Amino acid sequence: MTALPAEDTQILSDAKTDKPWVTLVWNDPVNLMDYVVHVFMTHFGYSKEKATELMLQVHQEGRSAVSHGDRESMERDVAAMHGYGLWATLGKDD
Amino acid sequence: MSGYYHADEQIWLQLDEPEAEVLASLVDQLQEMVRPGEPASGDPLDELVGIDAQATPPPDAAQARLFPDAYREDPEAADEFRRFTERELRAARLEQIAAFRATLSDAVGDATLLDQASTAASLGVLNDLRLVLGTRLGLQTDEDNEPGAMDPEDPRQPLFAAYHWLTWLQSQLLAAMHPDGF
Repeated sequence: MTALPAEDTQILSDAKTDKPWVTLVWNDPVNLMDYVVHVFMTHFGYSKEKATELMLQVHQEGRSAVSHGDRESMERDVAAMHGYGLWATLGKDD
Repeated sequence: MSGYYHADEQIWLQLDEPEAEVLASLVDQLQEMVRPGEPASGDPLDELVGIDAQATPPPDAAQARLFPDAYREDPEAADEFRRFTERELRAARLEQIAAFRATLSDAVGDATLLDQASTAASLGVLNDLRLVLGTRLGLQTDEDNEPGAMDPEDPRQPLFAAYHWLTWLQSQLLAAMHPDGF
């Protein structure tokens, strides 16, 4: 029998669902790049550099995880993004 | 000087009458779209705290763009999220619209000074209008956004022109809000 590392055989908690949640922002053709940067700076308090980096990731890769945390805080962030007109969903960090 | 601009460390808006009329008419339509339906819940407590008994994605594509699903692969979780958030989001958008209307009527003729709240309202309403028009125009890609992307004979040309004008206004406003650039 192969020796398995104990930490890989945890069954008491679901490792997948324990992972923190993320706010995903998806690319769309209407929101202006400067607007998206402005929203990330305003809502999350990110620096211009960080906000720009996240915006570029949305634009070039189609989506970006812009905040991380428990489900309740991510639902608040997603609702705030919807208020700004950004296309955001909740996801799992992976 | 027409539109939004930055001067004396402040943000200003100046419009001529026809411009203000076009914006007012677009905002009327946005308001119709954003106005919440009748309270679906009969529960007074739910109504008080703004929770819907049931909530489903809006059937209209432009409305669905303003109030998208929060979970891509879990419609039940998405509906539950909607039940707790959509009414509040609609109310916030209506407030923004009311603030924008006040700015509009002040900005005709002489420039009006925008405070922080009216600046945020302008930015939000212009963005909502662009999202609605962009959905109506079926814009899918960055290329669809190019001013020359639509056939000049296309009956949606006036809508497309309005969309580009709103884009221009929103860009002006963002530049006025960030005078040192991005």
